[in-house]
Amino acid sequence: MSSVFNYIKGKSPIHALTGASKLLVLVLWSLSAMTTFDTRLLVALPIISLLLFIASGIKYRDVSFVLNFTFVFMVLNNLLIFLFSPEHGVTIYGTRNVLWEGFGIWVVTKEQLFYQLNVVLKYLATIPLVLLFVTTTDPSEFASSLNRIGVSYKISYSVSLALRYIPDIQREYKEISVAQQARGLELDKKKESLFKRLKCAATLLFPLIVSSMERIEIVAAAMELRGFGKNKKRTWYSSRPFRKGDWIAILFSILLLALSIALNFINGGRYYNPFV
Amino acid sequence: MNKKSPVVTIVAIGIGAALFFVLGRFVAIPSPVPNTTISIQYGLLAFMAALFGPVAGILIAFIGHALIDFSYGWGIWWSWVIASGVAGLVMGLGAKKINVEKSFGTKEIVTFNITQVIAHLIAWGIVAPVLDILIYSEPANKVFLQGLVGGLANIVTTAIVGTLLCVAYAAAKPKAGSLKKEN
Repeated sequence: MSSVFNYIKGKSPIHALTGASKLLVLVLWSLSAMTTFDTRLLVALPIISLLLFIASGIKYRDVSFVLNFTFVFMVLNNLLIFLFSPEHGVTIYGTRNVLWEGFGIWVVTKEQLFYQLNVVLKYLATIPLVLLFVTTTDPSEFASSLNRIGVSYKISYSVSLALRYIPDIQREYKEISVAQQARGLELDKKKESLFKRLKCAATLLFPLIVSSMERIEIVAAAMELRGFGKNKKRTWYSSRPFRKGDWIAILFSILLLALSIALNFINGGRYYNPFV
Repeated sequence: MNKKSPVVTIVAIGIGAALFFVLGRFVAIPSPVPNTTISIQYGLLAFMAALFGPVAGILIAFIGHALIDFSYGWGIWWSWVIASGVAGLVMGLGAKKINVEKSFGTKEIVTFNITQVIAHLIAWGIVAPVLDILIYSEPANKVFLQGLVGGLANIVTTAIVGTLLCVAYAAAKPKAGSLKKEN
C-alpha cells in the first residue's frame, strides 16, 4: 500500500487533525475551487496550500514523482485547450486584445492567456491539498472519516474493504501474470495484434475474477456471522474526538466556500474580468 | 441478477472497487496510439454490474475511479469520476434481466452489449463533457471529442473483455441439474 497511498507518519499540526475534519476540509476546499473562476481567489488558494504544506513537514522529494506527473498532464491539457479553442477566452471575457497573429485560427489573445492562467491556477489550487490529505491521513482512518461526515457506514465499510484488498489483489495479479507469461501468453505490442492482446487480458483476468468471487463469499459470510449490518450505527476503532484545531480547520473551509459563492454574485458571474 | 444478501453486495462493492483500481492503475495494455493505454477495468465493471446489480455498479466505478485519481494525486477529476459511476449504474440497470450464474448465451450477449454501449455513450458522450463544461468551463469541442474517443475505446474493450468474462464465468458455474443420480 505504501507505494500507492503514501501515508507518511509525522507529528505536525496537520497530522494531529482527525481524518474526518481533513476530509471535510478537502471536500469544501475543492468545492470552492470548483465553483470559482475568480483569479484573485485562485491565486490565494495555492499560496495557502503551500503554507499548509510547509507546516505539515512533508518534504518535496516525497511527492516530487506525483508532481512531475501532474505537471505533464497539466501542460498537455492546456495545449489541447488552445488547439481546439483558441478563442475560448474571448467568448468568456467579451473583449479581444490580440497579442500575436499566429497561424490561421490560432491567434494569441490576452483573454485566452488569462483564461488558461485560470485553468492552471485551478489545478494548483486543489492538487497540493489532495497530496497533503493523502500523505497525512492514515488509510485505516479514512473509512471512519467518511462515516463521520455523513456517508452511510455500509458504504464506508466498502471503501475500507477496497483499501484493505488493493495490495492483496495487486500481488495476486502479478503472480497470475507471471505464471501465464511462463506458459506463453504474449502481451508485447510488437508481436501481437490489439484484438489478440485484449483477449489475452481477458484470460489473465479470469483467474483473478474467480479467486475474487470466492473471496467475496468468504468475507461476506464472515461479516454476516458477526452480525454486520444489523444495527443502524457502528463504532470505529480508529476514530478520534474533534479538538480545537479540527473546528478551526472546518470553520475556515466553510468560510472559504461562502467566499467563493459570494464572489460569484459580486462578479456577476463565475469570472473575474479585468478587461472591462 | 439474482437475489443476494446485502452484506454480499457491500463486500462485492469493496473488492470490486479494489479490482477496478488495480486494473486501472497498474494493468496497462499499450494501444496503437502513443502514450495511451487501454482501460480494461470497464470490462470488469460491466461484469460486476451484471452480477451484483446497479447499486454495486455505480459504487464500484465511483469508489474505484476516485481512488485511482487520489493515488495519482492530481486531485479528483469529479466530472469523469461521476461519469464512471453513471456508466456502472446503467450497466447494472440494463443487465437486471441477465442471470450470469445461470446462463450466458447469444441472447444475453446481445442484451449485455447493447446495455454497455448505451452506458458508455451516456457516460462519456453526455455526462463527462457536460460536467467538464459546467465545473471546469472547458471548450465544448475539446471535451466532446475527448469524451467520444474515450467512450469508443471503452465500448470496444468492454465488448471484448466483459463478454469473455461473462461467458467464461457462466461456463465455469455448475448448472442446476448437472448432477445425475448414479444407478
